[in-house]
Amino acid sequence: MKFLGLIRANLFRKKIRLFLTLGSFAVAMCLFGLLFVIREGFNQGIDVAGADRLIAYNRVGLVTPLPLSYRDRIMQIPGVTLVTHQNWFGGVYQDPKNFFPQFVIDPETQRKMYPEFSIPDDQWQNFVKDRQGAIVGAFTANKFGWKVGDRIPIQGTFLPGTWEFNIDGIYHGTRAKDDETQFWFQWDNFENYLETHKIDRYLGMVGWYTIKVDNPDNSLRVAKAVDALFSNSDYETHTDSEANFAAGFAKQMGNIQFLILSIGSIVFFTLLLVTGNTMAIAVRERTSELAVLKAVGYSDRFVLFLVLSEAALIAIVGGVFGLALAKGFTLLPANVNPVRTFLPLLYLSGEVFAIGIAAALSVGLISGFFPALGAMRLRVVDALRRV
Amino acid sequence: MMVRVDGLGGSDSLIQARGLGKTYSRGGEQIHVLQALNLDVQKGEFVAFMGPSGSGKTTLLNLLGGLDVPSAGSITVAGDEITHMSRRRLTEWRARHVGFVFQMYNLIPVLRAFQNVELPLLLTSLSKAQRRQHVETALGVVGLSDRMHHFPRQLSGGQEQRVTIARAIVSDPTFLLCDEPTGDLDRKSADEIMELILRLVKEYKKTVLMVTHDPVVAGRADVTLHLEKGVLVEADSRQSVSSGGVR
Repeated sequence: MKFLGLIRANLFRKKIRLFLTLGSFAVAMCLFGLLFVIREGFNQGIDVAGADRLIAYNRVGLVTPLPLSYRDRIMQIPGVTLVTHQNWFGGVYQDPKNFFPQFVIDPETQRKMYPEFSIPDDQWQNFVKDRQGAIVGAFTANKFGWKVGDRIPIQGTFLPGTWEFNIDGIYHGTRAKDDETQFWFQWDNFENYLETHKIDRYLGMVGWYTIKVDNPDNSLRVAKAVDALFSNSDYETHTDSEANFAAGFAKQMGNIQFLILSIGSIVFFTLLLVTGNTMAIAVRERTSELAVLKAVGYSDRFVLFLVLSEAALIAIVGGVFGLALAKGFTLLPANVNPVRTFLPLLYLSGEVFAIGIAAALSVGLISGFFPALGAMRLRVVDALRRV
Repeated sequence: MMVRVDGLGGSDSLIQARGLGKTYSRGGEQIHVLQALNLDVQKGEFVAFMGPSGSGKTTLLNLLGGLDVPSAGSITVAGDEITHMSRRRLTEWRARHVGFVFQMYNLIPVLRAFQNVELPLLLTSLSKAQRRQHVETALGVVGLSDRMHHFPRQLSGGQEQRVTIARAIVSDPTFLLCDEPTGDLDRKSADEIMELILRLVKEYKKTVLMVTHDPVVAGRADVTLHLEKGVLVEADSRQSVSSGGVR
């Protein structure tokens, strides 16, 4: 601690240079944080996927439905404790830019299947009784200013017409990363529309099944059993864990990991060069001072420590500031944060923050290492002769 | 006073150099900066080294201060043979035994006078209060108690050199090495610095070895030794000079 004054005085020697270096660290770490936030946004479904849940969908693709009759047959497979089904409903609220996922659900099984979504009992009971009812996630409700009791119109896309729904309830996720953007409405309402409009190709067909197993260890066996049960039928299935299903969904957006790794690597390499150069200049311009320190009894190792600690401090302060900026960005409300239009859940976790700080510290130490080594090896006599 | 350059000094010498040599190799050519030099300095003596540029004055000072290692010979200070010490041990030894005063002051510009003087004490186990007391005493000795919170740029050249002297004496080293301490000062400031060094010798019984080009400055020392082409060739003393070397 008694050397802190010396380190601080050295850091503030050239204030503009210090703030520019801190700034470059902050910008780089802010970018790092945002890249991770976006990656996490894409992978959100993977992180919150239930280990005991499987998704069975048509082998041809997600857009091709499966018969509702499969539900009871899947329930017969040993290890299966619950089955529910959902359909995608690509509706639009007022403007096509107002994207949020809408699902047709089975009210009898949905709540049991997804206990992580918390809904007050009275709201749920109202929803079950109301064929035109809907349950909406808290994020979407806040975004559009919806309240329980509101009646809202949704414009159908592949099922044309205006659908009117009563907001009977608002659900909240019980975990930080739970998706609070979904909009659910009743299977009976959907079926009624299909019957009324004589749209037979979707009648009695579901988008996919979600299957709960008694033990995650049985997941693979159950998945194989489901696919085997419907092999050689008109509607063959592909069953996978919920996590893999979500990952596959994320992959449709391109190789996000590769993109992030590429941009991140370029940023860090640039930062390494900038900081390394700054540290080298900082050491070179105080050669005589380092020599005096050594002359009065400071060891080579201390001089190494001194230079490295300066580099590390710049890295940590700049890193914390940059990551705090990224965190601030994630907290911006949806109406001023354009990224939230397509990635509603922007979340910078403590883990990412820690990884960011560790990365910043590594860059700081690596960039400071060679200047510090030079300072450590400095011979007092040579350094004083140069003055 | 018993400064000797004949190698016949007794083991009671504070600083004892025997057969000291320093050779540099430059472009395949061997340059003998110091050759078979002997020196005995007693505690409390003030010795000046004079000589033309390149005669080896600063090299000798660097060797005696443990900043450089000789090519030949040995140096013993207060019973410690420093010639074969490792770099790490030599650094520790310097912190305990040597106070340096440089021509260009070499203060750290971003530290205040107080912090500059405190630097050697940060390596000790002294408490913050003890360090403060030592620093205030040292700055008091050099007459800069009222400038302790000034940065070097806010001080005159003479004041900067006095801060350097305070830094050199704050840890009460065995001896002081002054490399042209007045070389960058006007006459008045140079006189003040020399008065201060003399006071350190007389009042505080400090041993001082000083390199200078200035005969007036050298004249203030107890003994002046002349170095020419790496060899001690003659000596003067205002108090006592012996034949067969210097007494």
